[in-house]
Amino acid sequence: MATYSTNEFRGGLKLLLDGDPCVIIENEFVKPGKGQAFNRVKIRNLKTGRVLEKTFRSGESVEAADVVDRDLQYLYNDGEFWHFMDGESFEQCQADANAVGDTTKWIKEQDTCMVTLWNGTPIAVEAPNFVFLEITETDPGLKGDTSGGGGKPATLETGAVVRVPLFIQTGEKIKVDTRTGEYVSRVKDE
Amino acid sequence: MLADLRAHFAASGVLEVETPLAGPAAGTDPALQPLRARYTGPGYPWGVELYLQTSPEFAMKRLLAAGSGPIYQVCKAFRDGEAGRLHNPEFTILEWYRPGVGLPALIDEVATVARLALQAPKLAVECHSYAALFDSRLGVDVFAADAAALRELAVQNRVPGADRLVLERDGWLDLLLSHLVQPELGADSLCFVTDYPASQAALARLNRDGRTAARFELFHRGIELANGFDELTDGEQQAARFESDNCTRRARGDTPIHVDRHLLGAMQHGLPDCAGVAVGLDRLLMLRLGLRDIDDVLSFSLQRC
Repeated sequence: MATYSTNEFRGGLKLLLDGDPCVIIENEFVKPGKGQAFNRVKIRNLKTGRVLEKTFRSGESVEAADVVDRDLQYLYNDGEFWHFMDGESFEQCQADANAVGDTTKWIKEQDTCMVTLWNGTPIAVEAPNFVFLEITETDPGLKGDTSGGGGKPATLETGAVVRVPLFIQTGEKIKVDTRTGEYVSRVKDE
Repeated sequence: MLADLRAHFAASGVLEVETPLAGPAAGTDPALQPLRARYTGPGYPWGVELYLQTSPEFAMKRLLAAGSGPIYQVCKAFRDGEAGRLHNPEFTILEWYRPGVGLPALIDEVATVARLALQAPKLAVECHSYAALFDSRLGVDVFAADAAALRELAVQNRVPGADRLVLERDGWLDLLLSHLVQPELGADSLCFVTDYPASQAALARLNRDGRTAARFELFHRGIELANGFDELTDGEQQAARFESDNCTRRARGDTPIHVDRHLLGAMQHGLPDCAGVAVGLDRLLMLRLGLRDIDDVLSFSLQRC
C-alpha cells in the first residue's frame, strides 16, 4: 500500500479517503508558533465530483490512490457501457454511465478522450476541449446574416444542442468548445 | 520598516545585539525543529553538529544574565518542517528583552512597535485571556475540558476531518484555536491573547494560579505576529522543562536536542526578572503591504533560492 506523508501534499496529488479516490485542489500549512502543525486541504472526490475539506496532523501518512489520466480512443457504446482503447497497447476498458456522465453528448467514435482510471477502471471521462460535429437539425437560416445576433438552437450528431449563428445550416460541420458548450466556428470539409 | 523599528529602540535606550545563528545547542520545544549544519576545522577536527537557531532567545538571555540591560536583535531564525502561505523555513525575527518590566508594559510596547511597523498609528488594542476567548467563542472551560470533550467540540463545530484526527489535549486546543478562533482575531485591531494554559508555557513563568502561564501572543487580521513571555528565570525549572521536552521528543521517536548548558549556568548565576518577545517581521511586512503570501515579502523563498 503506497502512502503519502503530508509533506508530499500538493495540488493534483491523488489520495484514497474513506474508500474513494480524491485529488488535492489546495493544501494549506497551518501552525501556531508553539503548537501542533496541521495541513488543511481542499479535496475533490473523483467519483462524485464533490469538493470537501479535510484537516490532517502534519506528519501523518495518507493512503495513495492508484489514479492515472490516460488518453484513450472511444470505440463504441454497447447500450450499457462505453468502450475505450489504448492506442499503443490496444488494451480496452469499459466505462459506465456514471463515469462518462455528460461527456456522452460530445463524443463520437474514434474521438480521443482523457479517461481517469482508478485501479484500472474508468471513473471519469473528459471530452477533448474542441470537437467537430455535424448538425443534424436546425431551423433554416436567414440569407445575408453573417454575425448571428442571438443565434438559434442546433442539434448535433451526438445529440447535444448548441446555439449557432443564424447562417449555419443542417448538414454543416461545426467546432464546439466542450468546456463551455459554445459554438466556435464553421468547419470546411476538405 | 527596519529603519523605523531601529529608531524606536535607539530612542528608548535598547541596545542592538547580534548572537550566533549556528550553535551546538538549541531550544528543546517539541513543537519546533531546528535545521542542522556541520562544522569541521580548527577546534573540531572531527566535526561538530550545529543547530541553526529557531530563535535567538538563549544567547540573548545569557547577555541579560551578564548584565546587558535592555537588548534587541533583528536576525534570521530557522525552523525545519515549516513552509506554507505564512511559513518559510528561514525567516526574520525581531526579538527584544526588557529587564525589570512586566507583561502589561511589554504588551504596550509591542502595540507601539506593531503600529509603527504597520504604519497604522490609530490601530486599537484589545486583550483577552486564552480561557476567556475559548469561553466566549466556543463556550468551553479550557481548564476542565479533557481531550475527548475538546475533540467533540471540534466535530460539533465542523472542523473538517476532526472526527478522524488523533491528538493530545494541547493538540486539540491548537486545532480549535487555529481553525475556529484565530481567523477572527484582530480583524481591525491588535488582539493580544494572554495567560496561556500552563501546559503551553514554553519558556514563560507560571502565574500564581498555577494553571496559566505569563505568556501572550499578538494576532492581527487572523495572523499570529508575536509571542511574549514573562521569562522563566529559575534554572532548575528550566532544566526540568528541557528534560521533559526531550522526553516528549524521545517518546515520539525524534532525536533529543543538546541542552544549552551555558544558558542553565547563566540562569544559576542569575537571570534578572525580565519580559521578552519575538515578532515575525516577514508577516508584519506582509500585513503592512496588504500581501497574502509570505513569498511576496521574501527575496527568494526556499522553493526559489
